[in-house]
Amino acid sequence: MSTPLLIAVLLLLAAAAFEFGRRRALQVAGPEFRTLHSLPRYYGSYTALWCALPALILLGAWLAFEDKIITILVIADLPAAYQSLSEPELNLIVNDLRNQLSGNVVSRELNLDMQAAVKHYGSLRATSKAALAVIFLSVAMLGMGLAWRKIAPDFWARNRVEAIVKVLLIICSTLAIFTTIGIVLSVLFESIRFFRAVPVFDFLFGLEWSPQTAIREDQVGSSGAFGAVPLFAGTLLISLIAMLVAAPVGLTSAIYLSEYSHPRFRAAAKPLLEILAGIPTVVYGFFAALTVAPLIRDAGTNFGLDVSSESALAAGLVMGIMIIPFVSSISDDVINAVPQSLRDGSLALGSTQSEMIRKVVLPAALPGIVGGLLLAISRAIGETMIVVMAAGLAANLTVNPLEAVTTVTVQIVTLLVGDQEFDSPKTLAAFALGLMLFLVTLALNVIALYVVRKYREQYE
Amino acid sequence: MLNQKQAVLLERPAKTNDVLPSAPVKIQDTDTKTVGQVTVDKPIMTTRNVDVYYDDKQAIRNVSIDIAYNEVLSMIGPSGCGKSTFLRCLNRMNDTIESARVTGSIELEGHDIYDKKTDVVTLRARVGMVFQKPNPFPKSVYENVAYGPRIHGLARNQSELDEIVETSLRRAGLWDEVKDRLREPGTGLSGGQQQRLCIARCIAVNPDVILMDEPCSALDPIATARIEELIDELRQNYSIVIVTHSMQQAARVSQRTAYFHLGDLIEVGETSIIFTNPQHKLTEDYLTGRFG
Ligand SMILES: Nc1ncnc2c1ncn2[C@@H]1O[C@H](COP(=O)(O)OP(=O)(O)O)[C@@H](O)[C@H]1O
Ligand SMILES: [Mg+2]
Repeated sequence: MSTPLLIAVLLLLAAAAFEFGRRRALQVAGPEFRTLHSLPRYYGSYTALWCALPALILLGAWLAFEDKIITILVIADLPAAYQSLSEPELNLIVNDLRNQLSGNVVSRELNLDMQAAVKHYGSLRATSKAALAVIFLSVAMLGMGLAWRKIAPDFWARNRVEAIVKVLLIICSTLAIFTTIGIVLSVLFESIRFFRAVPVFDFLFGLEWSPQTAIREDQVGSSGAFGAVPLFAGTLLISLIAMLVAAPVGLTSAIYLSEYSHPRFRAAAKPLLEILAGIPTVVYGFFAALTVAPLIRDAGTNFGLDVSSESALAAGLVMGIMIIPFVSSISDDVINAVPQSLRDGSLALGSTQSEMIRKVVLPAALPGIVGGLLLAISRAIGETMIVVMAAGLAANLTVNPLEAVTTVTVQIVTLLVGDQEFDSPKTLAAFALGLMLFLVTLALNVIALYVVRKYREQYE
Repeated sequence: MLNQKQAVLLERPAKTNDVLPSAPVKIQDTDTKTVGQVTVDKPIMTTRNVDVYYDDKQAIRNVSIDIAYNEVLSMIGPSGCGKSTFLRCLNRMNDTIESARVTGSIELEGHDIYDKKTDVVTLRARVGMVFQKPNPFPKSVYENVAYGPRIHGLARNQSELDEIVETSLRRAGLWDEVKDRLREPGTGLSGGQQQRLCIARCIAVNPDVILMDEPCSALDPIATARIEELIDELRQNYSIVIVTHSMQQAARVSQRTAYFHLGDLIEVGETSIIFTNPQHKLTEDYLTGRFG
């Protein structure tokens, strides 16, 4: 039986187990249904959980180790001549066996030994499948039976079910945490490998970025320069341009929406503005590259400026538009959170609406607004697609927004695209860049959260 | 008390004291005629036949009453009878409520405050307001009081501003308690201090009339007594209209009392008389605690 089928059967079994458990509880309780410790459905849930969970755990473990064990068995059974082969060669052979088995293209003629091995492989797989089905269903039945036997009026089924549910929730949430930790650690370890090849100092403060290294010993070519400053400068420049667009536009639209506009207009306009955040960045990217960048270049030519067709300005402008909703939405929320009583207090003293906004509402909302801006900045720093398409790949160290620049994220992409050696400094540099980027955005997010939380305390 | 110099400096250039009041508008005959002493000889504010609607719902009906110079007028009545609504008409705070619509005439020293030519900003500087819940700005004590003078340009330099702040805090009876903590946030004061800070903030722009909407309902008895004393002192310089839920408070601080009932102004009279000898049945019922 295939895995999906097994799971479907298990679900049916669990549903049946629920019903059995419930019935059993009612039955042991007899006419005095009140003597049951828990509601009958908890006994049903308990039985169903015991039916499903052990079987699922078994299935997971089986699927995880099945392939490895079969491979080991097949290799052990190969004629002695093959046993002495090196590991990569053995891997190739196993690959061929697998491909042959599933009818794919095979890289070589298979000799008799190999054909025998393929058969062996196939039979092992079939056995494993059958065994899995049998054991899986037995475990499910066994679990159900054990739980069923435990059911008695003074059995605390509700508490058991709650405990199991709690454990499940904990497992799921730790899974998310461990994934994050795993990613960070792997990036960290690869970065450490990179820093063995390239000194940290050169990476952090080097002014030149050209990651082309010689792949073969005898190859002519640069030995590579891994100074990250131009990349961070480029990121900074583009983020700065983006914020110059997003902060004023986002803030003023938030002020207009929350203080001036008619509630009905606000109800319509706010979701529309938030749609900007839902547009895929790749769409923004070609909008920047095909519409905005040529526009800027033409405009620049009219003024006698020399604008390259890929410019930081184009990418920054479009990125700014993209993050407007981050600024406006959060600002709108925090401005709305300023109590009406403060507005009334100011108006009653004879201030105009704009005086009230400037002198009372904005100062009171400022921490929250700053938090929103920081979140928007970290979004801008992490953005890749727009920059790839509109700002170019040249790692220029410049503050001129009319030139092409590149950013950290873009370089990570280009370092990893195409055929790579996974232990050359060139590839490892991507991890170091990723680590730096992660640290920067993490710091920004922490600051932003801290600021926003501090602000919340003020009125609650 | 303001000395001569301060009084000059606090005076608004466009003060309309010297303009002759127009003849008081006649109270039209209506079915809901208020009993008692509605008009006064020399009113600072007059309201005639004021109706307020929230969308289509009428909140107050045909309210006509005068407010005299240097008097405390208290407004009492059961919850939801329109006291706050009426109070908010007097400095056009109802403008901030989208659905509110005001008809009738309200005059401040003979000038219709709902006239197109009336600048609502100047009006609110002349008719200040203190709210139910103390609402100091999240700024320092000093900045709270200096806020009004700053936006109206009442001080030419820092020392004048300092003087206005000090005078206002003294008049609000708060100076001695906060003079060492002027730079600390106003929100850090106690509830009663916050409310006196709001009063100081209000008198810093030197208004003619101060509106107070249940200013003590969020305060403990001691802070309340402090504010009541203060109201009595402020009467020397200002007209005060105070909404209160406490009849004892109305009796203690006010010279005249107005009783509202379900949007109607039922009875107005001298406080001592209205509490001992109400003319209207509804007033009597309310004062004797039969409802409300
Ligand atoms: N902003 C508003 N929108 C709609 N109706 C309101 C609003 N404010 C008050 N009202 C209504 O107007 C009536 C008078 O309210 P209010 O003036 O607050 O009474 P009071 O201050 O005497 O308790 C009440 O029925 C209330 O529901
Ligand atoms: Mg009220």
